Amino acid sequence: MTSVSAASGIVAQDVCKSYDDHLVLDQVSLTVEEGTILALLGPNGAGKTTMVRILSTLIPADSGSMRIAGHDVVTDPDGVRAVIGVTGQFSAVDNLLTGAENLQLMADLRHLGREAGRRRVAELLEQFDLTDAAGKLLSTYSGGMRRRLDLAMTLVGRPRVIFLDEPTTGLDPRSRRTMWQIIRELATAGVTILLTTQYLDEADQLADRIAVLDQGRIVAEGTPAELKSRIPGGHVRLHFADSRLLHSASELLPAAAPDQDQLVLQVPADGTVDSLRDLLDELHRARIPVERLTVHTPDLDDVFFAVTGSHVIAQLNGHPAPQGVPLS
Amino acid sequence: MTTLAYTLSDSRVMLRRNLKHQLRYPSMTVMLIGIPIVLLLLFVYVFGGQLGAGLGTHQGRSAYLNYVVPGLLLLTVASAIQGTSIMVAMDMTGGIIDRFRTMAIARASVLTGHVLGSLIQVLVAMAVLIGVAFGLGFRSSAGPLHWLAAIGTLALFAFALIWLAVALGLAAKSVETASNTPMILFLLLFLSSGFVATATMPAGLRQFAEYQPFTPVADTVRGLLTGAPIGDHAIAAIAWSIGIAVVAYLWAIRLYNRRRAAEPQ
Repeated sequence: MTSVSAASGIVAQDVCKSYDDHLVLDQVSLTVEEGTILALLGPNGAGKTTMVRILSTLIPADSGSMRIAGHDVVTDPDGVRAVIGVTGQFSAVDNLLTGAENLQLMADLRHLGREAGRRRVAELLEQFDLTDAAGKLLSTYSGGMRRRLDLAMTLVGRPRVIFLDEPTTGLDPRSRRTMWQIIRELATAGVTILLTTQYLDEADQLADRIAVLDQGRIVAEGTPAELKSRIPGGHVRLHFADSRLLHSASELLPAAAPDQDQLVLQVPADGTVDSLRDLLDELHRARIPVERLTVHTPDLDDVFFAVTGSHVIAQLNGHPAPQGVPLS
Repeated sequence: MTTLAYTLSDSRVMLRRNLKHQLRYPSMTVMLIGIPIVLLLLFVYVFGGQLGAGLGTHQGRSAYLNYVVPGLLLLTVASAIQGTSIMVAMDMTGGIIDRFRTMAIARASVLTGHVLGSLIQVLVAMAVLIGVAFGLGFRSSAGPLHWLAAIGTLALFAFALIWLAVALGLAAKSVETASNTPMILFLLLFLSSGFVATATMPAGLRQFAEYQPFTPVADTVRGLLTGAPIGDHAIAAIAWSIGIAVVAYLWAIRLYNRRRAAEPQ
């Protein structure tokens, strides 16, 4: 571990894991710098949850080396456990206790001490907007409240590294935004975060870097912008009032693809203002009025389908699906 | 704090959690304590007249009451550990166990909390049953030391069966299974000297009854409370208890450490 910041974050190298004959993780390597967010993005069954369970000491890897904040996952699991917080896919809350009691339980198990523990519980109830529901049993909590409590329980011991396994799955849009805000604030405060998601917009919104996991392998890695720039497909769509105008425009711009039904001309473009101005000037000089236009820049959807698409397409072509892929 | 202090602190926290669960899930707690009392009334007032006549004294029902109390104390144990098994399985099938596993806490404290919580529940349930038995006319010749020895014997046996219930709860794939498997202990109890003397059973069954753990425990407690002869039952009772406790403890820890390690999510 040469770099200091990596030593305080997450470093995993060549992690392999298989169940019976099925290889779930195939030499997965990833690094999360301290205080940054890495999104592990992938379809169901890609191995995201398995990776999180291995890094959080829940299950052993078959091979590979992993260090969390400088602690080795294999030789010093308790050292790892002391610095991490984990919020799994399924709510890890005690249903027979109240919200406050759940947090107090965590404070007691983190050995915070009576006074400090009580203060931390009150603080988190406030921060996660649960003060009013603090004394209520969890059976009365909504899905969003349970998720918030779940994350609050993870934060009781002020972990330096947090694993979030699909933190917003099943949440309504508003709860989702709230969760995103909380996650961003944590990263700002210097917490290292590894989150898994199958939502591209979530990775785009939150992550400093994205690693795309597909069938147990990292198939792409980089910042959201880097990933998008690797994929061609940026274009401008020009909408015309009638087919005569569309025809003139497509004669003027031979590289473009006309769509007669929708009266749309699709012009390849890199999305810069200069190129857009040049295009519009050219149409203006030729006196071809454009009704309206839309600019399409490549998004993570394009990236996702480009890098994970192969086996999906193979499946569509009638090839058998990979056997025994565990649900992530 | 030292490692030992952490272990004690974590176990205490888990015990408190377990006791809270018992209070928050009163229907189960009340049922587990209530079943032995209903059965006590059933055995004394429905079967007691006839069964008492077989004891060879002239007091009939009241003699049978004195005879059957140790059996019902054991039934209290068997009933309570069903709750242990269910609670453990509920923990293991819920998400919270994964949270505990990713925290730096004493590894076995989750199980210790269940064991101590169940032990307290068993002792409370036995106290209630003894109270009801006295109300019905149970009379004991035992002095304080004999009472202490009887409670000690029962507590040790309960401790062993609670670890067994923890292991069964860990081994169960679902909460339903966890609530069913401890039923076998009820059957063992009925095939012991808990409710009728083994001498009245046919050959084969009698030998089975004499060489299974419930009989020496029932006979030891009966001897201590009513002055009946104990013989070497006391040693057998203690040996069975320690043997079951050790095997069940090792089994439970093994299951706990291995659980989910091989299961993909």
